[in-house]
Amino acid sequence: MSKIKSAEIKIGLEVHCQLTNLKTKLFCSCSSDYRGKEPNTHICPICMGMPGTLPVLNEKALEDAIMVAIALNSEISERMLFFRKNYFYPDMPKNFQISQYDKAGGVPLALGGCIQINDKRIRIRRIQLEEDPGKLSYDGTIESSTYTLVDYNRAGIALIEIVTEPDIESPKEARLFLEKLRSILEHLGISDGSLEGSMRCDANISLKGGKRVEIKNISSFKEVERALNFEITRQKSLIERGITIGQETRHWDEVRRITISLRTKEEEQDYRYFPEPDLVPVIIQKDQIKEIEQRMPELPDERRRRFIEQYHLLPQNAEILTRSKDMADFFEECTKLYEKPKEISNWLIGEFLSYLHDKGIEMNELRLAPRHLVDMLRFIDEGTISRKMAKSVLQEMLLTGKMPDIIVKEKKFEKILDREYVRNMVERVLKENPQAAKDAIIDEKAINYLMGQLMKATEGKIDPKLAGEIIRERLSELAIS
Amino acid sequence: MSRYAELPAYEIVERIKAHEIKAEDYIASLYERIKRIEKDVHAYITLTEDLALKKAREIDKKIEKGEKTGRLCGAGIAIKDNICMKGVRTTCASPMLEKFIPPYNATVVKRIEDEDGIILGKANMDEFAMGSSTEYSYFGTTHNPWDLKRVPGGSSGGSAAAIASSTASLALGSDTGGSIRCPASFCLVVGLKPTYGLVSRFGLIAYANSLEQIGPITKDVRDCALLLSCITSHDPLDSTSVDKPQEDYTKYLMDDINGIRIGVIKEFFGEGTQDSVAKGVWDAILKLEELGANYQEISLKNLHYALPSYYIIAMSEASSNLARYDGLRYGYRIPDKSYDWSTVYSKDRRFGFGFEVKRRIILGTFALSAGYYNEYYLKAQKIRTLIKRDFEMAFKRFDVLIGPTMPILPFKIGEKVQDPLEMYMCDVDTVPANLVGIPSISIPCGFSLGLPIGLQMMVPPFREGLLLRVAFSFQRNFPTLARLGNYE
Amino acid sequence: MILVERKKSISKKEIEHIAWLARIEISKKELELFSKQLNDILAYFAKIDEVDTENIPPSYHVLDLVNVFRKDNVKPSLPEEIFQIAPQTKEKFVKAPRMA
Repeated sequence: MSKIKSAEIKIGLEVHCQLTNLKTKLFCSCSSDYRGKEPNTHICPICMGMPGTLPVLNEKALEDAIMVAIALNSEISERMLFFRKNYFYPDMPKNFQISQYDKAGGVPLALGGCIQINDKRIRIRRIQLEEDPGKLSYDGTIESSTYTLVDYNRAGIALIEIVTEPDIESPKEARLFLEKLRSILEHLGISDGSLEGSMRCDANISLKGGKRVEIKNISSFKEVERALNFEITRQKSLIERGITIGQETRHWDEVRRITISLRTKEEEQDYRYFPEPDLVPVIIQKDQIKEIEQRMPELPDERRRRFIEQYHLLPQNAEILTRSKDMADFFEECTKLYEKPKEISNWLIGEFLSYLHDKGIEMNELRLAPRHLVDMLRFIDEGTISRKMAKSVLQEMLLTGKMPDIIVKEKKFEKILDREYVRNMVERVLKENPQAAKDAIIDEKAINYLMGQLMKATEGKIDPKLAGEIIRERLSELAIS
Repeated sequence: MSRYAELPAYEIVERIKAHEIKAEDYIASLYERIKRIEKDVHAYITLTEDLALKKAREIDKKIEKGEKTGRLCGAGIAIKDNICMKGVRTTCASPMLEKFIPPYNATVVKRIEDEDGIILGKANMDEFAMGSSTEYSYFGTTHNPWDLKRVPGGSSGGSAAAIASSTASLALGSDTGGSIRCPASFCLVVGLKPTYGLVSRFGLIAYANSLEQIGPITKDVRDCALLLSCITSHDPLDSTSVDKPQEDYTKYLMDDINGIRIGVIKEFFGEGTQDSVAKGVWDAILKLEELGANYQEISLKNLHYALPSYYIIAMSEASSNLARYDGLRYGYRIPDKSYDWSTVYSKDRRFGFGFEVKRRIILGTFALSAGYYNEYYLKAQKIRTLIKRDFEMAFKRFDVLIGPTMPILPFKIGEKVQDPLEMYMCDVDTVPANLVGIPSISIPCGFSLGLPIGLQMMVPPFREGLLLRVAFSFQRNFPTLARLGNYE
Repeated sequence: MILVERKKSISKKEIEHIAWLARIEISKKELELFSKQLNDILAYFAKIDEVDTENIPPSYHVLDLVNVFRKDNVKPSLPEEIFQIAPQTKEKFVKAPRMA
């Protein structure tokens, strides 16, 4: 894909995040802990949209939402209204969604705000509260299934919708924005991004000032970058052929990794927004905002600055660590047990992150505790294992969850400190490499080659210090002779 | 003639509590009467005889044991069929909900049961409460007990007819644009629409949620006060339910309206009001003057726009409230399984709804649609503000505002059913109270050509006490006009 | 008062689109009947144009009630009772018609 200048791409995101910290749904008292449970077991007449039922707003949902608005530097509305978004769909129990709107007299939770990624500010257009629909599944694909299965467990779960201005200029930036948003929400303690389906996103993209294309059905943040990259390629090739891009809605197919046009009547959708008569306005007092602000937890940017100051980390490393709350927490737990934060940081940013990335798993899926990493680091300090060996120990720890001391014992990683053994191996190496031995007497640097051979022969198991000592001993003996 | 039919509900309650009447006997005799009269009047869609008798026996036992009993002890109550009753078919008089059995109770049903009231059955109504005559019921119309060839009014026609024909001692209806007061007027009984927010709407199957309230329909004003007292209380399940302490409205019932300032609304006597109705109502106003009240005419200019505003708002809300009826989680579902979801929904709703309901949904969808929202829905809501202000000004000068409930006498069955607009015009005097949210009562005030005339009174929000006081005084002093007599 | 050029009637095509938005299938006969009736009603509604509502706020809620909440505490419900009302189900799911 050839490079398109930044100014030519405009991306806006509509992110939906579940308030996973709530015990109940947004408008009814059903338990919100539906993941992994049997379908249609977390339902009640209200979230099923049964006749005569009415919504009542979850107080804590409002508090959580206010916290998000504060964290994003948004302007919180004094008098907030709920609106109905009317449309038919099998996952909609009432065939309207109780949501918010910023036109036609509607007042959402908050307007404006921004998220900083590196040097750039991505502006927020609005933040609002709304309810999640149910979940659809099929017998085969959506196109071939002769029926649709509906599970209403998720219907009515509290969502916070965050809409950005089209300030994002590349798919990578989109991913960074989403990671930052997730980190903020996790630091606030209101949303756990590792839960399946807890954060979803629609993207709007326009190229070279052309019309806006909306991409729906992006199920995870990882998919966002892929979907956007695909769409840019697709549009670019059309533009090159002189075809103009029209405004449309496309659907991201995760399996085939393409966007498909939704050229159905859905595009003539008219949501007929009007104020929700069953809910009364919400007046948000300045005192309440202040009170919430005072008890807000530390946010990623604050934490990053503190990491730099307190632990003397490099800014880029502090930034990487605070991208994920779990990672940052793990780091700080380690610092309570071990006095070299830079060491911890290096191992987390290096080995840990690549492992997580390779395996495609989340930090909280690891069977490792801070104590284990610290134990391993101490082994290195004591000289029990070399840094190189530590890497394989760590791999083993991550894979199996075994304690480092057990692994070290199992793999006989305890460094061989037996002088007799080392001397024998040194002898062998010197014999097998006579030229190098001769060179090494004159040239210090040639010792490295011999060390290499020695390590190879002993599978890196001998203590390098001891080995170095003995090689030099032997060499000086040879030199004299 | 059943000996209980002429007794007001509060007296029956007193006598049951005093061991003078057995609840079981009384309920059994009501059902006996129902079986005789129902074929002519058809006030009920579903009867709950077994449940009712069971409850009656339980109450008799409680009384024998000297246990405490509720304020509605043993009284037989008809509930409009848009109010959910757990385990009992609740149809809204619609094919869509013909087989729907809710697994939950409306809050008002709970309150009634807590007070030991006995529910006799579900009363007939216009489908989804959309209508002014009960002719739009899927189960056939109810007949006005005063003239079986005429409509009982609507949409709570069944509830009013049951009270008028003494096949229930108390009844609940719902009022969105006059649906309690209209049938009360046509059936010569008392019907009260409470202040918006006073009675919980949880379990009331919604038609237009910013306009409607559940309210009592009774013969005697005292009964009305009693039932109202039992169903009004804050409900945490209804966000629009006011958090007021519960009141006993019977304490307002005194025969004294000296100095009460009555405002007679000029616009309620305009074109379209039958002369006999106007005369009947004016006679009643003069009678109130005899009792010590003062009256003066007042003009509320914006009332000319109340009816179109009401219908635009009601239909808009209805179009959204009725969207949930798609045959998926409950309700009517076409048997053919070969269509896609959108087509199935469209067919479920085609066969599940009657014409009037479909008409209103389509008009409501139109009024909210892109390009028309400002002209219709938003405009109507602004006019609502103007009308609210008119009433606020009027209540500075007057305690009670008065006029006819209906501009016409009860009409013949089939007379207006072909012309929706003509049917809508019937509501011209009742819709303002819904738009503004104020309480309004209709009490019988006379006859013309043997047909009932209803007197409508309105007071400021939460002043039901005053409303009941004036109604009580009128009924006490003019019993024949106020029809404290019987229907045979 | 500004007189806005208002559309005083609704065409059959518009009715069909509205009926689709509302998911109500209407027959040709119904379309004929509705077309006449709806336009009569709309003509009557047009009366509201006479009122000057400039600078008048709408009354979406007739009560002065604000800030009604509920606490974030789980209350049990009876999902099986609700589920068994559904006209069509498959195993533990509510069965809807095909999407495509």
